Amino acid sequence: MRFVDEFRDPALARRLAREIAALCEPGRRYKFMEVCGGHTHTIYKHGLEDYLPPSVTLVHGPGCPVCVIPMGRVDDAIHIARQPGVIMTSFGDMMRVPGGHGSFIDWNARGTDIRMVYSPLDALKLAQRHPQRHVVFMAIGFETTAPSTALTLLRAAAESVTNFSVFCNHVTILPAIKAILDSPDLRLDGFIGPGHVSTVIGCRPYEFITRDFGKPLVVAGFEPLDILQAVYQLLKQLAERRCEVENQYARAVPWDGNARALAAIARTMELRPFFEWRGLGFISQSALKVRDELAAHDAEKIFATPGVRVADPKACQCGEVLKGVLRPWECKVFGTACTPETPIGTCMVSSEGACAAYYNFGRFSRERVREAAGA
Amino acid sequence: MTREQEVLERIERARRRKIRLRDDRITMAHGAGGRATQTLIEGLFLEAFRNPLLEVLEDQAVFSVNGSRLAFTTDSFVVSPLFFPGGCIGDLAVNGTVNDLAVSGARPLYLSAGFILEEGFPVSDLKRIAEAMARAAEAVGVAIATGDTKVVQRGKGDGCYITTSGVGVLERDVSFSAAGVKPGDAVLVSGPIGEHGTTIMLARGELDIAADVVSDTASLAELIAGLLDAVDGVRCLRDATRGGVATIMNEVAVASSVAVVLDEAAIPVRPEVRGVCEVLGLDPLYVACEGRMVAFVDGSLAGAAVRALRAHPLGKDAAVIGTVRDDPAGLVLLKTQFGGSRIVDMLVGDPLPRIC
Repeated sequence: MRFVDEFRDPALARRLAREIAALCEPGRRYKFMEVCGGHTHTIYKHGLEDYLPPSVTLVHGPGCPVCVIPMGRVDDAIHIARQPGVIMTSFGDMMRVPGGHGSFIDWNARGTDIRMVYSPLDALKLAQRHPQRHVVFMAIGFETTAPSTALTLLRAAAESVTNFSVFCNHVTILPAIKAILDSPDLRLDGFIGPGHVSTVIGCRPYEFITRDFGKPLVVAGFEPLDILQAVYQLLKQLAERRCEVENQYARAVPWDGNARALAAIARTMELRPFFEWRGLGFISQSALKVRDELAAHDAEKIFATPGVRVADPKACQCGEVLKGVLRPWECKVFGTACTPETPIGTCMVSSEGACAAYYNFGRFSRERVREAAGA
Repeated sequence: MTREQEVLERIERARRRKIRLRDDRITMAHGAGGRATQTLIEGLFLEAFRNPLLEVLEDQAVFSVNGSRLAFTTDSFVVSPLFFPGGCIGDLAVNGTVNDLAVSGARPLYLSAGFILEEGFPVSDLKRIAEAMARAAEAVGVAIATGDTKVVQRGKGDGCYITTSGVGVLERDVSFSAAGVKPGDAVLVSGPIGEHGTTIMLARGELDIAADVVSDTASLAELIAGLLDAVDGVRCLRDATRGGVATIMNEVAVASSVAVVLDEAAIPVRPEVRGVCEVLGLDPLYVACEGRMVAFVDGSLAGAAVRALRAHPLGKDAAVIGTVRDDPAGLVLLKTQFGGSRIVDMLVGDPLPRIC
């Protein structure tokens, strides 16, 4: 298939793997964090680690939109969904995320109307088809998905769709990366920067990471060769004692981002003073809410939500996994009490979550899998 | 042993434990054909109905009556939409049950058909469905010999649900079982995978994706008869419906206590299906087929089996997609097209409800 197979060519991968191995200094260990859950998924799905030397470790980062939603917000969404006449909508990944009192799928079994949509515009269309109901879209995600929420809000306002609102949970990636850099628990050698987010915000905002923290960052695409090349570029920077923001994903990411998308976000949303991230706690200036001018489409203004902070289950170590401090299997409940069927933490729910990716694709000795599969 | 390996072995032990149903309500996941469905069947139905025929959890029961070996099966159909490119609920209702009989090696004989209809359902639609069933039945030479009709009030059903049961006779001395697969066996698939599920997804019209995909719904009876005429070393046949090829591989790996190793590059997938799956983030390995089967065959006969399958129009793209080995037992491994390796797990959750 064109535009896919080219980025999954095993011959090119073998060549890159040789060059990666040649760049590694003997005796030195390298730890790179892939910030984005989409990268984590690609790494496991394609068995990319088979191409890396043992001295290079990829650490999974916080960029999984579903993983960072705290339990209290899930409960708030369910509370809204239970109001008379409401149809709650969200992306499919949200359906199984546990709140304090069950997930969307559990509440659907009890009679609430929570539906999966592929785009916020689908939720808006649903509202237009059901004028007697109120349709709420639970918006999640980083800067990647915020523009589509923004455009939907603008269209709802322009077309006066009064029975549509957004329950906004958009978060921004930079404060999360900064929180990780400020954390004393982790020694990283560089970052594989989030490709989708960067199509919106560009590469310039990452410059503080190289300038203030001295860590190189390479923005990468989502095909396995993209990620392998990003690892190569990071090692090359280290070998040449450089520390820069580089753009491996130039076919999609403009250096200065997408001005129209950023403008749409700015017209419809503004920063919250602080927001709770699952496992990471409260981070200031890290999330977006609907602007007051659009209050008629802001579910948080239309419905009174309990807004109760629900502590994560004691056994759950999603926060440590999201920060890259723990590898998925190092969590106390990984794979026994917490599985994809009965998730305790969010990292086990989303296909972009590090625990789900590791459980579904990697839950076995790498050496034995590699040997048995003949890869 | 490293700490990681200790943890992983603990997890494997946890996975082997007897399944207990913990949910207090039925959710959509219980119908998805993955682990939740398995939990419901083993934790509730098997507990209630336990008997030697049911216990083996095959797609059909095989038993002897007065010296004749019979196969018996049943299947319900709730697909939405009722009509889709390549067929309708009627085709599925006949082919699905015929296939569940045929994969045991039986010759399908008679079907029953139960209809649950919603008040207000157009008779013209029902007529189209019945005609499709008649054509599908005639094509394989089975008779729809008995039936039942119930009507529920408007809003209490979704147009039309169909349940079919079927009886077939085993005229060959074969006994296929998910537990009968051995190291050294070859894994075959009879054609490109993922077409039915992709078709249904697009037919719902919620995605604004146009792609030239058609359901593969078809009877496998003739294809299987041709394979069994040509090759003696068939160990297990399965039609790859809900949960797709990946789910069957996992069931067989556990039941036979073997490892299944698949080669992603060898698995036939039409470019249109690959494209749609790529866009939607689905893995074709988990997407339902309604006219494809997986065959586990003695490794030395793999070539002959592929030739036999390719001799039939339904099997013209048949391919060897993997092999069976003894270790690591119970796991399905994949050599990815990219050249890496990973495991392939049971399906979790429900990416695509009401597919059949």
